[in-house]
Amino acid sequence: MSAEGDGSLLTVTVPPDRWAELGRFAKETLGCLYFNFLTAVDWKDQGLEVVARVENLDVGLAVTMKSRLGAGQSACASLVPLYPGADWMERECFDMFGIRFEGHPDLRRILLPQDWEGHPLLKSYAVDTAHPPYR
Amino acid sequence: MDPEARKVIELGYGGSERLTMNMGPQHPSAHGVFRAILSLEGETVVGVDAVIGYLHRCHEKLGESLTYTQYPSIASKTDYVAAMTSELAYVRAAEMVGKIEVPKRAQYLRVIVAELQRIASHCLWLGTWCLDMGGALGGGATVFLYCIREREWVLDLFEALVGARLLYGFHQVGGTRYDVPAGWAQKVRETLGLIEKRLDEYEDMLEGNAFFLARTQDVGGISRELAQTVGISGPLIRGSGVSYDIRRLEPYSSYEDFDFKVPVETAGDCYARYRVRMVEFRESISIVRQALDGLPEGPVSSRPGVKSVGQVRIAKGEGYARVEGPRGEVGCYLISDGSAKPYRMKWRGASFSNLAVLPHILIGCKVADVVAIMGSVDPVFGEVDR
Repeated sequence: MSAEGDGSLLTVTVPPDRWAELGRFAKETLGCLYFNFLTAVDWKDQGLEVVARVENLDVGLAVTMKSRLGAGQSACASLVPLYPGADWMERECFDMFGIRFEGHPDLRRILLPQDWEGHPLLKSYAVDTAHPPYR
Repeated sequence: MDPEARKVIELGYGGSERLTMNMGPQHPSAHGVFRAILSLEGETVVGVDAVIGYLHRCHEKLGESLTYTQYPSIASKTDYVAAMTSELAYVRAAEMVGKIEVPKRAQYLRVIVAELQRIASHCLWLGTWCLDMGGALGGGATVFLYCIREREWVLDLFEALVGARLLYGFHQVGGTRYDVPAGWAQKVRETLGLIEKRLDEYEDMLEGNAFFLARTQDVGGISRELAQTVGISGPLIRGSGVSYDIRRLEPYSSYEDFDFKVPVETAGDCYARYRVRMVEFRESISIVRQALDGLPEGPVSSRPGVKSVGQVRIAKGEGYARVEGPRGEVGCYLISDGSAKPYRMKWRGASFSNLAVLPHILIGCKVADVVAIMGSVDPVFGEVDR
């Protein structure tokens, strides 16, 4: 686990098994009630990284939470029990990166059709491939 | 009378069977393409499944495959009702990561167009919202036509500035692409004066209307806690008693130079959101006037004009830049690998997070209120689906 800060901006990196614990700490101890966004980054061979930003609006503290899932891994704990706002963001992340958020009440695609194949924001996803019946 | 019909009239709805009603994807009140699958018991909504994605163009993949000079004009297609602010979010992210200075004149110009855009966007919101709520508001289309007329004036100003009325390509990394033409400032002042008078007329027309009040007060309440944990922003969260405005919290583009109020209402209902936006109209007008008065001389960009698509390279790094759009926080999380394209770009659309609150607040309200609540959220589906 590592943390670096710059004034009111804090970045905390944890292993994936402590992701939910970090979320709970941010919400309950740091008072970061505001859920800003959740997304992921594909670092190719080094695997996927989940990134979320939460804020404490009363004191003006922003915490960026990061976790590397490891090469070939796609499982992560869900933040929905803590933040209802994570619901759609995690579904989008599942849609675009194929990350399975464990504990999410309704994990299915949100922006793409349910029968879409592949996860477009992975770096391995070929942009110029035809996807029948779409071209 | 048919005895069965009489029974229905006398008893009202007493059954337990549920009706599933499909609203959309093509529904006039959606202001775009949005499908809500509502479960109803009588007139009451008991379940909501929101289906989005009909306008999805994978802007985040586009952002990774287009360069820093190409993407700003595509960014305006996310929130096409407020294209000026969407572009600004992207170029600010690139400037933040690349530590690129923006001349003071360009910063003021950015403020002017962003605030004019807020006025135009709020005009469209007020008009379409009143149109959704229909005949009770003096013919429904009345407010709509007035608001569209005023919005056209603002679009005329943008046309004089950049040559386009909806999607502008005004911002570029390091400043703006155009300076103001001769006589433009005077035209802005005249337009603002006209709009300011019209705002009083809208308020008279709506706030004295018992039907309008009945359809908006105590309808679609969002609590302070729900507002924060879902992550809504803009007039929505300020209508729920949270003073959250990026222009005040994290001033960008010289917003600290201007004197303006951040309106906050505590009721959390549709009427509170309406009041917040009506005050914002006037604050925006005041900010534009202050910026025109204090507009510094100098260049409008710290970088040369665009000559090739790959000419802007951003140093390795990452950052999250955000601006206060008409609908709330528009953010861009950018990771650069030192090349002419971002390695990763996450678009945080205000409408996406704002719309995510719908399933929480629609439960328990009447079908007719769904339309009023959706209009008060003011989603733009280009930004929801990206």
